[in-house]
Amino acid sequence: MTTATLEQSEHRKAWGLVAPALLWTVAFFVIPFLYMAAMSLWSRQGREILRVWNLDNYARFFNESALLRGLTNSLEITLTVTVLSVLLAYPLAWIIAERVPKRWQRMALILAILPFWTSYVVRSYSWLLVLSKGGVINQALLGIGLISEPLEIASNRTATVIGFVHFFVMLLTLTIYSNLIQLSPNYRRAAADLGANAFQTFWHVILPLTLPGVMTGAFLTFVLCIGDYITPQILGGNNELVLPQIIMLQIGRRADFPMAAALSIILMLAVTAAYVLCARWLKIERA
Amino acid sequence: MAFEQQARTSSLLLRQGKMKRVLGSCLSWLYLACIYGFIFLPVAVLVLFSFQDGRLPVPPFNGVSLQWYEAVFADRKLMAALANSFLVATTSSIVACALGFLAAYALARYRLPGSAWQRGLLIAPMTVSYLIIALGLLAVLNTLGIPLSLWTVGIGHVVINLPLCFAIIYASMGDHHINIERAARDLGASDFKVMTLVTAPMLMPSIMAAFFLSVTFSWDEFIIAFLLSRFDVTLPVEIWSMLRSGLNPKTNAIGSLVFLISVAVLLVLELALFGRSRKS
Repeated sequence: MTTATLEQSEHRKAWGLVAPALLWTVAFFVIPFLYMAAMSLWSRQGREILRVWNLDNYARFFNESALLRGLTNSLEITLTVTVLSVLLAYPLAWIIAERVPKRWQRMALILAILPFWTSYVVRSYSWLLVLSKGGVINQALLGIGLISEPLEIASNRTATVIGFVHFFVMLLTLTIYSNLIQLSPNYRRAAADLGANAFQTFWHVILPLTLPGVMTGAFLTFVLCIGDYITPQILGGNNELVLPQIIMLQIGRRADFPMAAALSIILMLAVTAAYVLCARWLKIERA
Repeated sequence: MAFEQQARTSSLLLRQGKMKRVLGSCLSWLYLACIYGFIFLPVAVLVLFSFQDGRLPVPPFNGVSLQWYEAVFADRKLMAALANSFLVATTSSIVACALGFLAAYALARYRLPGSAWQRGLLIAPMTVSYLIIALGLLAVLNTLGIPLSLWTVGIGHVVINLPLCFAIIYASMGDHHINIERAARDLGASDFKVMTLVTAPMLMPSIMAAFFLSVTFSWDEFIIAFLLSRFDVTLPVEIWSMLRSGLNPKTNAIGSLVFLISVAVLLVLELALFGRSRKS
């Protein structure tokens, strides 16, 4: 066998190995996605889908305030959640990495993310138990006489944000902690030698060094949060719908697949925009 | 005189520094306590009121009863959903791991044209929301007239778990394994034998990690399972339909059970899989 044919047969073997995964991805991900993108340019007539190409769905999105509101609600909630989660998770990760004795750190971390392993649907439901009118917080506050009427803290945006923050604090603690312990103690020593106090060391040395990890976590939070249907549906009530809820309404009640497809594309564009904005911090360096 | 004064100020500074540190660590522990409270509050409430002796899982707590756990085990639909979830999670994870392993092997060991594109394509589904993946599949299945079933849910779950399995296994395919594979080939092993008897066992820790991670993802996945199933549903979807009846201690009971199972699996993994790799 000459080298050329040997290489050819090697190639054929390699293609054979990689083909199943590629075919699966193309058949069940790429084609459905392209089909959906095409569908977003069609329109609906009753229960039928008309294959006439136009931009009506997108035009409707920008003209109907109920639809546009979905996007702004989504963005507002997602940004609030991302910022709050980072602000709460960073100190936690820092305390675990710096203040908790080494041998207890693993334990502290496992404890901090233990509720991660409750089912996602159940986690939102359990916040309902805490926040609803007869729930734990209201009963406790009524019990000690701090309030006389139960507070309206479930079924609104606050409840959605609390439910989300609870989930993402756990996720971000994990990513930020793994970033913090990778830092060499020499940075801190060098900063101290140069006369920096604890705060200066943190602000000028530790924080910039962990920023890529924080941004990666924040981006992940953004992507998962803006695409989530369950938490706002269970905790958010019906007043302020987010984009995924509106998408589900299109395919559920109204059987308007083209509109749902257009809204999905808009959701994806929002994620892409976030990626472009974060991209310069997202460069993952190889150690 | 001047020396004395200097000594006094420096001791004062020292004491101040110590005070600051004590205060700092007090604040740290306070923060830790608060945030752990926040993290555990809903889970604690969930588990506590699964034992509620009454119809509502909210205060006051009337006393301990196991009636809701009995109700869970007596619920045929819930038990069927549990079995469905188990079936879909294991089957789809096996398929995702197998496809991911083959692709990782090919892309790490052979030089293929356009391999960067292939890697990108295999990872791509990771960057798209589950909702959008589910919608696309649903649109295609509807157009082709394929009925929804556990199979379609499984197909969707392979789509979301394949990138994960591929990435994990591909990352662990170090060059240091190549010599061992070469040795096996020199000793007359066929390519298939090298792959199944040499490479796969060497990569077993990461293959198992990929498998269990995708089992947990599939087990807990809601939106794909919700949109792509009809009569047979998985556990999250069944729990979802239980939520329509409002707050109910039975939901607490099934939620607590799922939590218990997950933590048990986690412990076993930690001890059996990762505990061993840490020692070596």
